[in-house]
Amino acid sequence: MSPGLYIAQQIINGVSLGSLYALVAIGLSLVFGILRMTNFAHGDMMMVGAFGALTLGAAGVPFELALLGGIAIGALTGVIVERVAYRPVRGAADVTLLLTSLAVTYILENLGILLFTSSPHDFPIPEWLDSSYEFSDGQITFTQVNVLTVVLTGISLSLLGWFVTRTDMGLGMRAAAEDMQAANLVGLDVNKLIVVAFALASGFAGLAGVLWAAQAGVVEPSMGFTPLLKAFVAAIIGGFGSIAGALLGGYLLGALEVFIVAFLPSELSPYRDAIVFSLLIAFLLFRPYGLLRTTREVKL
Amino acid sequence: MSNPPPLAPPLLAIEDLRVDYGAVRAVHGVSLHVAAGEVVALLGANGAGKSTILRTISGLLRPRAGQVQLDGAPIHRLPPARIVRLGIAHSPEGRRVFGNLTVAENLRLGATSRPDRDKVPADRERMYDLFPILRERMHQVAGTLSGGEQQMLALARALMAAPRLLLLDEPSLGIAPLIVRSIFATLGELKRQGTTMLLVEQNINVALGLADRAYVLRTGEVSLTGSATELRDNYERVAEAYLGARQ
Ligand SMILES: Nc1ncnc2c1ncn2[C@@H]1O[C@H](COP(=O)(O)OP(=O)(O)OP(=O)(O)O)[C@@H](O)[C@H]1O
Ligand SMILES: [Mg+2]
Repeated sequence: MSPGLYIAQQIINGVSLGSLYALVAIGLSLVFGILRMTNFAHGDMMMVGAFGALTLGAAGVPFELALLGGIAIGALTGVIVERVAYRPVRGAADVTLLLTSLAVTYILENLGILLFTSSPHDFPIPEWLDSSYEFSDGQITFTQVNVLTVVLTGISLSLLGWFVTRTDMGLGMRAAAEDMQAANLVGLDVNKLIVVAFALASGFAGLAGVLWAAQAGVVEPSMGFTPLLKAFVAAIIGGFGSIAGALLGGYLLGALEVFIVAFLPSELSPYRDAIVFSLLIAFLLFRPYGLLRTTREVKL
Repeated sequence: MSNPPPLAPPLLAIEDLRVDYGAVRAVHGVSLHVAAGEVVALLGANGAGKSTILRTISGLLRPRAGQVQLDGAPIHRLPPARIVRLGIAHSPEGRRVFGNLTVAENLRLGATSRPDRDKVPADRERMYDLFPILRERMHQVAGTLSGGEQQMLALARALMAAPRLLLLDEPSLGIAPLIVRSIFATLGELKRQGTTMLLVEQNINVALGLADRAYVLRTGEVSLTGSATELRDNYERVAEAYLGARQ
């Protein structure tokens, strides 16, 4: 296989993986931006979305609609969690919010186990999705799932970009992320903005969950854990709380993971996650505000 | 029964207001009022409680006791967004413009609370006429503006709400004297057009130059009040009320 084609194939893989990381990381950043809270239950919205789509599919709903259903169920769960678990402790110490989100994770995963058992379920995908495009005599392959992932991520991110730059509510969300009190003072309804942030973040996670399950072929209650950690790394790399940063971090991390496996000696491949988390530590130590975020102290 | 008609309540009335930060009492028993069309200055040294009073009017803080009334109706239990909709806009201490958003976007958010959307474009033009530098910087991110320009933007953002009462917290803070003069000239113009203001300042001279009346605050209590002319002629009493030289 020619090196050029091999590299092209790895780029395709990296973009596809990076899209998933970006989708999840952007949700983490949206919520962190407005609430200054790391939502550890965010990964579970992937699980909820994937199981939602699985259940709809099992009930005979076509995949395309089940996917939309997964997004909606993820978004709805996020909104409910915000209302029931996070809003009552808003304004409490950071550690309270953190523990609350860990408790939510625990509850959601156990709910998943209760409903679906802890063993993996097959995630059936329709025939059209189970094929691939081949170029150069099969040396480059786009699986349909990869294409779908990249296309849907592109659409979602474009919509988000339009939302945060063109609508009052999106601008308001960025304003509230920057300075909550000043946002209050111009009359923005901050509660509403927080609900919308959770709906968007969790809807993105629901989409990522369905796509993740479609790629892996299985769903299980703990499936959100690894992507959450990876998204966390991606968000830190880009600059926690920054949407553009999460996007950049997601794609960089996806590319990095794929390239570690593809281009480093194969003995190093098992250490992929160790390398990724070392990178996290390096960023936390030397560039805690990430690539894109700049520090700005806000004084009351 | 023939009761005499009640006197119209002032636009803003604060009665026996007490505000705490946890165990720290910041405002103890302040009463003041602002009539429609008036410019009232609230003076006092660092930590006297001036910003605390403005934040309480805007609903960012809840009073421990006392009342804030707008047109005679209590507003001190309402959320900030409601208070803006009732017509109180607040240009906060330290400017607090949205540094990641452009000048135009900052102004746009200033108007989000308004029901009369059709009047917003004309008001935006009025802001750009009032502060021509903002028109030049329209598409620039607010974080890149100078301190004086950010103060103008903070002011314009508050005015975009078309408020009945404008709260200004130290618009002269950390700004070059020349720009302070220009900003206060604009405030004078707004006053002539009938804008009601409650102005917090440490810069006594510029504040008394603009205001009709003033209250001097010392450690959370009103220590002196009077018309601006009176206070200008009694500079020593103002300084004393400020610093508490004599009990
Ligand atoms: N967030 C806070 N937490 C605790 N105490 C506070 C807080 N903000 C202000 N204070 C205290 O409340 C008192 C009044 O503060 P405030 O900010 O209202 O004063 P100010 O008159 O606006 O002063 P300055 O001119 O310095 O802005 C001060 O003693 C201050 O230390
Ligand atoms: Mg102050």
